[in-house]
Amino acid sequence: MSTTNETIQDHGQHHHKDLAHHFDTLEQQHDANTLGMWAFLLTEVLFFGGLFAAYTIYRYKYSAMFEEASNHLDITLGATNTVILILSSLTMALAVRCSQTGNSLWTGRWLLITIAFGLMFLGVKYVEWKHDYHIHLMPGKDWSGKDWWHWQYAKKAKEMDTHGKGAGHSYPDKKDVIADNDPSLGVRGIQESQQARLFFLLYFCMTSLHALHMLVGFVLIGIIAYFAYQGAYSPEYYSPVENIGLYWHFVDIVWIFLFPLLYLLGAHMGH
Amino acid sequence: MATTEHSTHQPAPLSLYLFTFGMLMFLTIVTILAGFQNFGMWSTPIALGIAAVKAALVVVIFMHGYSSSPLTWVIILASMFFLTIMLGLMLSDYMSRGWAM
Amino acid sequence: MATVSLESKTFEKFPDIVGRHDEVNYLNHDHSVASWLFTLDHKRIGLLYLVTITLMFLLGGALAGAIRLELLTPKGDFLTADTYNKAFTAHGIIMLFFFLIPSIPAVLGNFVVPLMIGAKDVAFPRLNLFSYYLYFAGSVIALTALLLGGVDTGWTFYTPFSSTYSNSYVVVMASGLFVVGFSSILTGLNFIITVHRMRCPGLTWFRLPLFIWAIYATSVVQLLGTPVIAVTLGLLGVERVLGVGIFDPRLGGDPILFQHLFWFYSHPAVYIMILPSLGVTSEVIATFSRKNVFGYHIIAFSSIAIAVFGFIVWAHHMFTTGISPYAAMVFSLLTFSVAIPSGIKVFSWLATMYGGSISFDTPMIYAFGFLGLFTIGGMTGLFLSTLGTDIHLHDTYFIVAHFHYIMVGGAIMGYMAGIHYWWPKMTGRMYSEFWGKLSAGITFIGFNFTFFPQFILGYLGMPRRYYEYPDEFQVLNVFSSAGASILAIGYIMPLFYMTYSFFFGEKASSNPFGASTLDWTNTTSPPSPHNFEKTPIVTEEPYHFHGKEAAVVNH
Repeated sequence: MSTTNETIQDHGQHHHKDLAHHFDTLEQQHDANTLGMWAFLLTEVLFFGGLFAAYTIYRYKYSAMFEEASNHLDITLGATNTVILILSSLTMALAVRCSQTGNSLWTGRWLLITIAFGLMFLGVKYVEWKHDYHIHLMPGKDWSGKDWWHWQYAKKAKEMDTHGKGAGHSYPDKKDVIADNDPSLGVRGIQESQQARLFFLLYFCMTSLHALHMLVGFVLIGIIAYFAYQGAYSPEYYSPVENIGLYWHFVDIVWIFLFPLLYLLGAHMGH
Repeated sequence: MATTEHSTHQPAPLSLYLFTFGMLMFLTIVTILAGFQNFGMWSTPIALGIAAVKAALVVVIFMHGYSSSPLTWVIILASMFFLTIMLGLMLSDYMSRGWAM
Repeated sequence: MATVSLESKTFEKFPDIVGRHDEVNYLNHDHSVASWLFTLDHKRIGLLYLVTITLMFLLGGALAGAIRLELLTPKGDFLTADTYNKAFTAHGIIMLFFFLIPSIPAVLGNFVVPLMIGAKDVAFPRLNLFSYYLYFAGSVIALTALLLGGVDTGWTFYTPFSSTYSNSYVVVMASGLFVVGFSSILTGLNFIITVHRMRCPGLTWFRLPLFIWAIYATSVVQLLGTPVIAVTLGLLGVERVLGVGIFDPRLGGDPILFQHLFWFYSHPAVYIMILPSLGVTSEVIATFSRKNVFGYHIIAFSSIAIAVFGFIVWAHHMFTTGISPYAAMVFSLLTFSVAIPSGIKVFSWLATMYGGSISFDTPMIYAFGFLGLFTIGGMTGLFLSTLGTDIHLHDTYFIVAHFHYIMVGGAIMGYMAGIHYWWPKMTGRMYSEFWGKLSAGITFIGFNFTFFPQFILGYLGMPRRYYEYPDEFQVLNVFSSAGASILAIGYIMPLFYMTYSFFFGEKASSNPFGASTLDWTNTTSPPSPHNFEKTPIVTEEPYHFHGKEAAVVNH
C-alpha cells in the first residue's frame, strides 16, 4: 500500500488512530467488520451443515439404531455442558457490553471468564470421551478385526445394567467381547453394529469439529483480552470484541442444536 | 460516503442479558423434559423447535440482532434457507426411494 | 458496417482526460520484493494471482496435452492406464480449483472491483492478502500430491474408490483443496462486504456496472457452497485415515450421500466459474458497441437468479447413480429452469449490439466467441437435463464436450476478454492488436476443432475417462487432438505478446476504449496506489456514452 496514506484523507478529515485508511468513517469500518463476521458465520452454518446433512440422512435411514446408540451417551454430562456453554455466552455478552461502555478492565475479565467456562466444557468432554473409549464406543482404526467397536459388548453391557450411565457401572470383561464382524452376529447383527457405529462416528466428528472451533475461540478471545487490558478498545472502537462475541455465540448455537440431536434421541425410550 | 445502516450502539441494559440467560436455562430444562417424553413423530420437530427458540434468543439479544441492519438479517435468513435446501432436497431423495412409480 | 482490420486501433479515438502516465502509480512506487509479497493493495494482489494462476493453467494445459496425445490412437500406448487416470484427475483438479474458480474473481475482481465502485481498496485488505497466500499454500499442497504420485479417482473423488480402494494420495490432494477452498470463501466474503459498504456517493445498486453484479453473485455462491465441499473432503479424509465407514457401503456407509454432498458444492462451483465471465461480457459488449446494455435490470437480476437456482439442481449429476425417480424428475425440471436466466442474458447482449457502433477490438472478438460457444454449451446442457437422453449420454464424451464448451469456450474466453480489456488499465500499456486478434481467432478455431468432435463421439457412445477406445472412434479423436494443438498455440501466444507489451508496449491513455465506468473514467492507467485523487460522485446509470467518455462528474 502507498506509504503516503496518511495524507490521502478526503475532505481533510482528522484521522482517528483506529480508522483504517480505506474506510471513511469509524461507523463504516465498524459496520463492515461486523457484517464481515456475520458473513463468515454464514459459511460456518454451511460448514457444520454438511455434517448435519450426513447426520440427517443416516438418522432417517437408521433411526432405530441411532436411538439405541444415543442412549449410550451421558445426558447428565451433556446437559451440564449445555449449561456451561450458555453461561459462557452470558459472560461473553457481558464482555462486549463492557467494551461498549469503555470498561477495559472488566472487558478483559469477562473474556477470560468466558475462556474458563469453555475450558470447563472441554474438560467435561474429555471425561465423556475417555469413558467412551474405555467402554469401547470409539469407532476404530481398522474394520477387519483390530476394530475397537464392539456393539455386542455394549449391548450386553446394557442388558447387564440398566443404562449406559458411566462411572459406577461395571462392564463385562474383554473375553465376553465379540468383534462386530463376527459371523455369529448374523447379517442383522452386523448391520446394527455398523449403524450404531455410524452414530458414534457422527457424534465424534460433530463434537470434535465443535471443540476445534472452541479451541480457536480460546486463542482469539485470549488475544482480544490482552488488547482489552492494554486499553485498546473504546466506545468508538470495540468491534473486535463484538465480533469475537458473535463467533462465540455461534459456537454456543451449534451446541444448542447438537445437544438434543445427539444426546436426547433415544431418551424417550425410557430405559 | 457509503451508506451505512447506522443503529445506535447504546449497550443494552444488564437485566436484558440476565433475563435471556434465565430463559435459556429454562428452555434447556424444557428440552430435556421433552426429550424424555414420547411424542412419536413429533419428537424431532419439538426438539428442533425448542432449540430454534433458544438460538433465536441468542441471535436477537446476545448477538445484538435486535439492533442489527437489515443486511445482517438477510445473511441470517439466507443461512437458514440454504441449509434447509441442502437437507430438504437430500432428504427428499431418500424419502422417495421407496415410492412406487 | 464497421470495418475489421487486424490493426484497427480504437484507442486512438479517445482523448486522455485523466492523463499522466509517468507519475507515481501502483506499479512503480515501490520496487522491493517485500512491497510485493506483503502488499495490501488490491491491485498488486490481483497481479500476484495473475502470475500464479497462469502457471497453474500451463500445468493443467500440459496435462490436457498428455491426454490428447494418448487419445490419438485407439490403444493405450503412451501412458499406462493408471497414469492416464492420474493425468485426467490432475487436469480436472488443477483447471477447476486452481485456475477457473479463482481466475476472474481473484485477478480481475481484485483489480477492478474497488476501482469500479470508487473505493480505495476492498473492505478487508489483509484478509485479501491472506486469501492469496491460502491459494498459494493450497497450490503447493496439491503440487506435492502430484509429485508424490498423484490421484487417480477423477476430480469427483467418488467413494468408495477414493475412501477405501485407491492407493493414491487422496488425503494430500484433499488437503490442498480444503486450503484453496478457504481462499475462495474469503475472497467472496471480501467482495460482498466491499460492494455493500464501500460504494462511493451516488452509486446506488442499479447504477453499479454489471460486472459488479456478476462478481457479487459469484461471491454469494462461493460463500454458501465452498464450506460444504470442505467438510465433505474432511469426512473423506477421516474415512480414509481411520478406516471407518462413512461412505463405504461395506461398512454401512452410503456412497450416494458423498455424491449429494460433493455436488451440492460442485454444481454451484460451475456457476462460480461462469458468472464472472458473464459479467465481463456485459462490460465488453457495452464498451465496444458504444451502447447502453439492453435490459440492465434483467441482466442484474439474472445473475442473482443463476446464483440462487444453481443451488437447487445438483442431483442432475446423479441421475444414473441411484437417486429416486421422483427426485430425478424434480431436479430435471429445476435444471431446465436454471437455463432461463442465462438465455435471457444472451438475448439481452444481442439486443445491446443491435444498433450499436461496434468495434472489433480483441476483447470484443473474445466476447463474440464467448457468445457463440457459451450458447452451444448451454443448449447441450438441455440434452443432459432431460432424463431419458442423459441415460445414454452420461459419462460419455458428450458430457466432456458440454462442459468444455461452457468452461473453455465460455469461461476462459470471458477471462481472456477481460484480461485483454483491462490490460491497459492494469499495466498502462497497449498490446499489439494484430497479435491479439490473431490469438483470439486461433483459439476459437482450435477450440471448435478440439471439442466439437467430442459431441459426436459421445453421441456414438465413447465413454469418458478411458485411455483406449474402439477403432471406429479414431478419426474423430485425431481431429480433436489436432484441434488441441491449435488451441494450445492460441493460448501460448498471449504469454508472449502480453509480456512483451508489459515492458515495451505503447503507453495507454486513461481510457483507450472509451468506456463509461469509474475504473476507466476516473483513474490513470495504471492507477495510482490509492486509486482516486478524489472520491468520485456518481450521478447517472452506467453505460452512458456521450461525445466525451466521462459519464460521471468529478468534483
